[in-house]
Amino acid sequence: MVGGVCGLIGVYIVLRGMSYIGHGMSHAVFGGAVASYILSFNMYIGAALWGFISAAIINEINRRNKIKADAAIGVVTTAGFAIGILLISTTRSFTRDFESLLFGNILGITDQDLLVISLVSILTILFVFFYHKKLIFILFDKETSKVYGVKGDLIELIFSLVLATVVIASMNAIGVTLLAAAIVAPAISARMLTNNFLKMVMISTAIGITTSFLGMYASFYFDSASGATIVLYGAAAFGISSLYAFMRRIYHTHSHGDQKHAHPHIHEQEHQHPHQND
Amino acid sequence: MKTSNDICLKLQDITYGYSYHSSVLDGINLTVPKGRMLGLLGPSGAGKSTLLKIIVGLYKPWHGSIEFNNHSMCHASSSKEQRHNSLFQSTFRRHNDIPSIGYVPQIESVDWTFPVTVKEVVAMGIWDQSGATPWLAKNTSDEIDHILDSLGLDGSLYMKRQIRELSGGEQQRVFLARALIRNPHILLLDEPTSGVDYNTRERILGILTELNTRGMTIIIATHDITGLARRLPWVVCLNKNIVSEGSPADTLTEINLLKTYGLIDNTSITSTTATKEG
Repeated sequence: MVGGVCGLIGVYIVLRGMSYIGHGMSHAVFGGAVASYILSFNMYIGAALWGFISAAIINEINRRNKIKADAAIGVVTTAGFAIGILLISTTRSFTRDFESLLFGNILGITDQDLLVISLVSILTILFVFFYHKKLIFILFDKETSKVYGVKGDLIELIFSLVLATVVIASMNAIGVTLLAAAIVAPAISARMLTNNFLKMVMISTAIGITTSFLGMYASFYFDSASGATIVLYGAAAFGISSLYAFMRRIYHTHSHGDQKHAHPHIHEQEHQHPHQND
Repeated sequence: MKTSNDICLKLQDITYGYSYHSSVLDGINLTVPKGRMLGLLGPSGAGKSTLLKIIVGLYKPWHGSIEFNNHSMCHASSSKEQRHNSLFQSTFRRHNDIPSIGYVPQIESVDWTFPVTVKEVVAMGIWDQSGATPWLAKNTSDEIDHILDSLGLDGSLYMKRQIRELSGGEQQRVFLARALIRNPHILLLDEPTSGVDYNTRERILGILTELNTRGMTIIIATHDITGLARRLPWVVCLNKNIVSEGSPADTLTEINLLKTYGLIDNTSITSTTATKEG
């Protein structure tokens, strides 16, 4: 479920050119989770508050200034992570408890975690379902979407908040240091396999579910860290899909005439722009 | 003589800049009667695109006011940044007197490798009227098919085509279809003939002329003097402020063009004229 929902939202993140945000957001909420643990507060509420504030700050910096999103994410979220590390280092007795948060431990998932993951999955699916048209308009052409009445800034903020909840829900299972790959890997693998947006969303979700499932079983049998195993399966999925895309291109080049075979690059260009002379 | 009821768009004293110490547009006054087709001509950096973006509500001017059909849309001194957009969008659909706007940005403003189909891009134009689901209703598809056909793109063939496969001229027409599907009263186009070949330019000009004969008010920002501006019924020469306007024969004189393209300024024109008269 975690893998699926990461794969689902990953498509929009990759196409928004903000692949780094999953990485950043997971680090930021780590600070919130640690702080709330130390203050004997519910970890989810603490992490959520922290995550929402980070998401809002990143969004605002990105919108108002000419700073690129990755730079904004880098500063805001690493600072959040640093606060978490600082808190751990000052209260050393807790250090061991945060290992699962950092690297993921699917076997340590509680009923409460499962409930949160289920709720977040439903929320994300509903959000993507009802906002899909607006999201692709904003991702493709934000200025014109504003002209036609799409409230782009508000939707981007909601999107960041949904991402924050996905990150928080996935934190225990995959671990904050590895979560970015769980979000991005299925999406870029799907991008290699299709040019169709809806298909990409479906393939990415399916890859997310499959890699988490396989990763979880492998980590159980080999007694390895679940987050790391899932992420390695994700990376393998990307490798396989890249290889598939490469082979398909080679096959496509070979299946045409000799002259074109001798000039594969020229042919590829022709293939992509068959109506260049229009 | 034109009465106030015949006025589609009226700009008064529009001043705008991207940084506080220098303005891009300085005191623009422009009245556009209903059904006029005009070209905004000027060099790069003259403020053509900026003026279009102010008209469609993407930028809020420092000074001045915008009126559509004698209804004030924006008054710089009395409103907050969002007001222009929200007022514009909330009223123009319900209020019969407020025209709906079609906006065609420069094709270079978007990433054409984005994984969407022609149908999905055109459907963005009516995102608010095509239901909440991620997929499109049959009648919306038929409408898109019809619009594409009318622009010389075979709808049944092009709808499923990925936008990355399109040539420059096809991209322009897809953007035009996205604007026309809104059934606009006023159409604004930013460099619709840049980067297209002779045939495509002629085709686009033909389509726009036909739309204009059916009563649509059209404003085209262009730097193409001979290919486009000279062939439009009305031309406005712009370089920070309006240098001159009128029919191409009266407006595109050597002295106006020199002035528009910044090769001579007002003082040298005055002195040249004085010398000639003397």
